[in-house]
Amino acid sequence: MIHFFHQLASPKHFYRISGKWIPWLGLACLGFMLAGLYEGLLVAPTDYQQGDSYRIMFIHVPAAWMSLFIYVVMAGAGVIGLVWRIKLAEVMAISSAHIGASFTFLALITGSIWGKPMWGAWWVWDARLTSELILLFLYLGVIALYNAVEDRRTAARATSILALVGVVNIPIIHYSVEWWNTLHQGPTVTKFDAPSIDMRMLIPLLLMAVAFKLFYATVVLMRARVEVLQRERNTGWVHELVSKYE
Amino acid sequence: MKPATLPQAFAILLRRDLTLAYRRRSEMINPLLFFVLVTAMFPLGIGADPALLRDIGPGIIWVAALLASLLSLETVFRSDFDDGSLEQLLLSPHPLSILMIAKVLAHWLVTGLPLLIVAPLLSVLLNLSHEAMRTLLITLALGTPVLSLIGAIGVALTVGLRKGGTILSLLVLPLYVPVLIFAASAVANSDAGLPVSAHLSLLAALLVLATSLSPAATAASLRISMS
Amino acid sequence: MSEFLHMGGYAAYVWSSYGIALVVLVANLIAPMTAHRKLLTQLARRDQRARRMKR
Repeated sequence: MIHFFHQLASPKHFYRISGKWIPWLGLACLGFMLAGLYEGLLVAPTDYQQGDSYRIMFIHVPAAWMSLFIYVVMAGAGVIGLVWRIKLAEVMAISSAHIGASFTFLALITGSIWGKPMWGAWWVWDARLTSELILLFLYLGVIALYNAVEDRRTAARATSILALVGVVNIPIIHYSVEWWNTLHQGPTVTKFDAPSIDMRMLIPLLLMAVAFKLFYATVVLMRARVEVLQRERNTGWVHELVSKYE
Repeated sequence: MKPATLPQAFAILLRRDLTLAYRRRSEMINPLLFFVLVTAMFPLGIGADPALLRDIGPGIIWVAALLASLLSLETVFRSDFDDGSLEQLLLSPHPLSILMIAKVLAHWLVTGLPLLIVAPLLSVLLNLSHEAMRTLLITLALGTPVLSLIGAIGVALTVGLRKGGTILSLLVLPLYVPVLIFAASAVANSDAGLPVSAHLSLLAALLVLATSLSPAATAASLRISMS
Repeated sequence: MSEFLHMGGYAAYVWSSYGIALVVLVANLIAPMTAHRKLLTQLARRDQRARRMKR
């Protein structure tokens, strides 16, 4: 078991092993997504307050969860890469950044679209949405910094520090934005999570959440393989791999 | 000649940075002028209704302070990087994080403290009450060091980059949000006669957090940038 | 069926959200795939050139 993880840390073995996992993860993701969509769009009943527009929640909420989850994973992988100098951890960190930013963007857009029929405006400075917006900027900062530094290893280490600073700040930012929001509270209350949610609505939510996690797993491995190939392009095993590709 | 102890090294670094800043004092004044100018732009942009200005004054002044702070951040490491003394600093036997405190302190004395001196003028321009002005000064006193401390991490990460200045704002502004929120709402509350002890305590907490964590992060970032 | 598509009057909102989600997910899927292929082609070409040089 330890040997397995040891092997995994080697870029060459990671490339080979992850290549085998990706199709299965993708298939599982597809399965959960179809199940989630079926449950969410067809089975779940119409909300008596929000009508059918609440179904946007099945995209919005899992996307928001992923945006936070991925940032924490990115920061964690960054720390591991920084402290233990494990190349693979660095690769996983930067591979996660674009995906996390995509989910944040998705959460913002669906939140905005959901808000229009609910509150009549395309954007409201709701605490959660505002926090998501700042999170998007944090992601973009990581991506921008990574692209700005020429050496990949230095870039990975610099973004690890940035992600770490970000992850420490996220609870602070979230708390301060929530507080700020209560100061200027409008008469509306956020319906983004109801206090007690109907089981028939909870199931599709959880199915989509799992589907998104599997999606992240699939895509992060795909990105990581490309990054590994790029970093290791001058090694023997890559030359061998490329010669077989032609 | 005996090698300097840590307190001596700290004092030497502080004095050096202050002296260098003094020699370039015309440069140092720019962020301050920016602070005043930006604040003055708002009445021109949105109208001079005293009630309106009083309402949004705290927010305007604090956003202007953020921007002025951002503008001045480049100077923390720029000249040292250019003439090679930054590399020398990294070779010092003293813990780099402590030396970072010296650098950030010097930076704050030169760029943050002047904002406090000018702030009363700005409160008058935006029609803030005396209470609000007092709170403004306290929030600036607590908040601008946090801006310098957090900003230093951003500068340390971007000092080696060719176009580091452009992404500096992207890196640093999201991290500035809590300071902005607590400080601006404190001043607004003060203007309305409401208690501000919670806001100020939170700002003080942020200051303590930043002082304890950011020097180490700045030092680590510097080592990475200069590697 | 048409009721399903109609989404109680909220069709535009619901379907645009799901549509954007689809676009985002597919884009995230395609990007690494194209990058992978491009990189392999690039490396293959580089190796070919290197072999030609050696002769």
